[in-house]
Amino acid sequence: MRVIKESKVVEDNWTLVREIESIADCPAGDVIVPFAFWQENRESLLANNYRHAIWIDGDIETEAVVDDLSHFDLIALDFPAFKDGRSYSHARLLKERYGFNGELRAIGDVLRDQLFFMQRCGIDSYELRHDKDPEEALAGFKDFSVRYQTAADGALPIYKVR
Amino acid sequence: MYKYDDYDQTIVDERVEQFRDQTKRFLEGKLSEDEFRPLRLMNGLYVQRHAPMLRVAIPYGLLSSKQLNMLAHISREYDKNYAHFSTRQNVQYNWPDLERVPDILADLASVEMHAIQTSGNCIRNTTSDQFAGVAEDELEDPRPYCEIIRQWSTFHPEFSFLPRKFKIAVSGATNDRAAVQVHDIGIYLVKNEAGEVGFEIIAGGGLGRTPYIGPTIRPFLEKKHLLSYLEAILRVYNRHGRRDNIYKARIKILVNALGQEEFTRQVEEEWEHIKDGVMQLDQKEIDRVKSFFTMPDYDTDASNDNTFEQHLASDKAFANWAKRNLFNHKVAGYKAVVISLKSPGVAPGDATAEQMEWIASLSDQYSYSEIIVTHDQNLVLPNVKQADLYTLWQKLSEQQLATPNIGLLTDMICCPGLDFCSLANAGSIPIAKQINEKFDDLDYLHDIGELKIKMSGCMNACGHHHVGHIGILGVDKKGEEHYQLTLGGSAEKQASLGDRLGPSFAKAEVADVIAKLIDVYIENRHEDERFLDTYRRVGMSPFKEKVYASH
Repeated sequence: MRVIKESKVVEDNWTLVREIESIADCPAGDVIVPFAFWQENRESLLANNYRHAIWIDGDIETEAVVDDLSHFDLIALDFPAFKDGRSYSHARLLKERYGFNGELRAIGDVLRDQLFFMQRCGIDSYELRHDKDPEEALAGFKDFSVRYQTAADGALPIYKVR
Repeated sequence: MYKYDDYDQTIVDERVEQFRDQTKRFLEGKLSEDEFRPLRLMNGLYVQRHAPMLRVAIPYGLLSSKQLNMLAHISREYDKNYAHFSTRQNVQYNWPDLERVPDILADLASVEMHAIQTSGNCIRNTTSDQFAGVAEDELEDPRPYCEIIRQWSTFHPEFSFLPRKFKIAVSGATNDRAAVQVHDIGIYLVKNEAGEVGFEIIAGGGLGRTPYIGPTIRPFLEKKHLLSYLEAILRVYNRHGRRDNIYKARIKILVNALGQEEFTRQVEEEWEHIKDGVMQLDQKEIDRVKSFFTMPDYDTDASNDNTFEQHLASDKAFANWAKRNLFNHKVAGYKAVVISLKSPGVAPGDATAEQMEWIASLSDQYSYSEIIVTHDQNLVLPNVKQADLYTLWQKLSEQQLATPNIGLLTDMICCPGLDFCSLANAGSIPIAKQINEKFDDLDYLHDIGELKIKMSGCMNACGHHHVGHIGILGVDKKGEEHYQLTLGGSAEKQASLGDRLGPSFAKAEVADVIAKLIDVYIENRHEDERFLDTYRRVGMSPFKEKVYASH
């Protein structure tokens, strides 16, 4: 996948599988599978030697994935439309409450003007919507130099800084 | 009032540059209309019937004279020499050019103002009591907490794409002048049994298509937990509020669907995780923000004046104005003055550039340079010495700003309606005009006394018709503008939603119907009983009979 990571556009080995029926259809390599597919095929997936990852959207409760966190190198959070803000809560909960220390990746309707918020919520990498130029989007991380609130980026509330 | 520090100013300045860039990308075709829409909305920029409409935030309604002068300047430079004050204590411009909006924002930033989160599905401007800080019935000034909420909610990374817009109101007084119970979150400053001041938290109120009075989900919250508790409510809402239907997406629908008990349980459970964390407010920050809302150096001799009483006795027009437009101040010898923006023949809430400058200058002379926007779409000079009232009244009269009608029938709340808004089904402003023409006898208006008419041009209820003593809702009936009336609504502490009178009326009939309702009130009222109280006592039947019998 071509993604933004650590303020650079990079190519990595993950393959995102949006829909998949049977384990026989699962491509080899590091694959990001739907959470439901993971639940049905956990043992077979764990048996392979690749890294493991799932993707979830706002319809799935964050708590539903928590027991399996130690298996995942990456969790992709879907933004089916940029105005669907549920995955921001996923991100903060996974990072801040459930201690997920793998990679959080934004997928779906991911656009430059949301990157600042996503980064603050603990998202590490971004698959920008394919019709957009990821190099241009890098500027989005720098929209603001001041943060009023605490979030998953380690910022303290402004009143603890003043 | 609150003064920006470097952090606050930096955020607002960076916002200007961000929006300038977004606008540029849109104009260059790099952002589609669909992509630009939520970005401009989060900056209060709508595309309306005739032109874009820009909504500027006035946090908890408080303006300095310098800021009001800037609002006047903007109306001259970028608009048609007037602005519209809204029911959310904000101000709106109806005719700016999209290309120049970034420049407007830069002008606003130069006086510590912005348009951040004045629209869109995010946390909006926090509103409050227009007499905050000066009211006799106040437990504590709510504005420091509004400011703390403003900062917490500004560009909140988790809550900028909520299911729907989100409005918070805070009041610190016994009488609710901020319609707290019909907000997504309503907050009252209250005292517990131990005598400590904290917050009562209400959630899930709202107007719109499905109006609800919000239930109290926590009777007492310690001050230090304010932000973590709000964060818990917002997180439950962000995760579980409906996103499949725009009309069912407000938090009121979630609270109602889960039930108050289950909703509260979820909030409390979420809050347990975060309440003792880094979000706790320390007293140092509360005190810092409070220090901006100190009392001016009041003149301790102010109450020794006897000219005020003399003018009241000798000038009936002044006495009429004083009776309706003055509000008791907690300091003897001072009054809060309400400047009516409901002069007949003017759209409710509109003020010209000249009027704004006039008011700014009067506030410099008579009221420590502060002005407050009310949610009834009027302006307040909060600290006027009684000895200055007569001169002030004369000066206000020169600019048609002394209409003695605060709280009266002609002090209507009114949305922009079909004349400006692309959502409206029917006009509001022409109805306001019709009512003003019908009720032009000042003595009669004063005899009727307090009567809150609130009018919305569509179900979205921007004019708060559900909580009007008389509510007027514009509907489309086979392509014609019709109006549905409700009676008995109120947004005060004893809040209630209005009951529907019956079938709707044609546009030309509205003022006549209101006249009949008032006849019924006058026939039935007990001494000193307001329209609302009479209605609550006698019920709907006599009103209904009179209106529809002869219809």
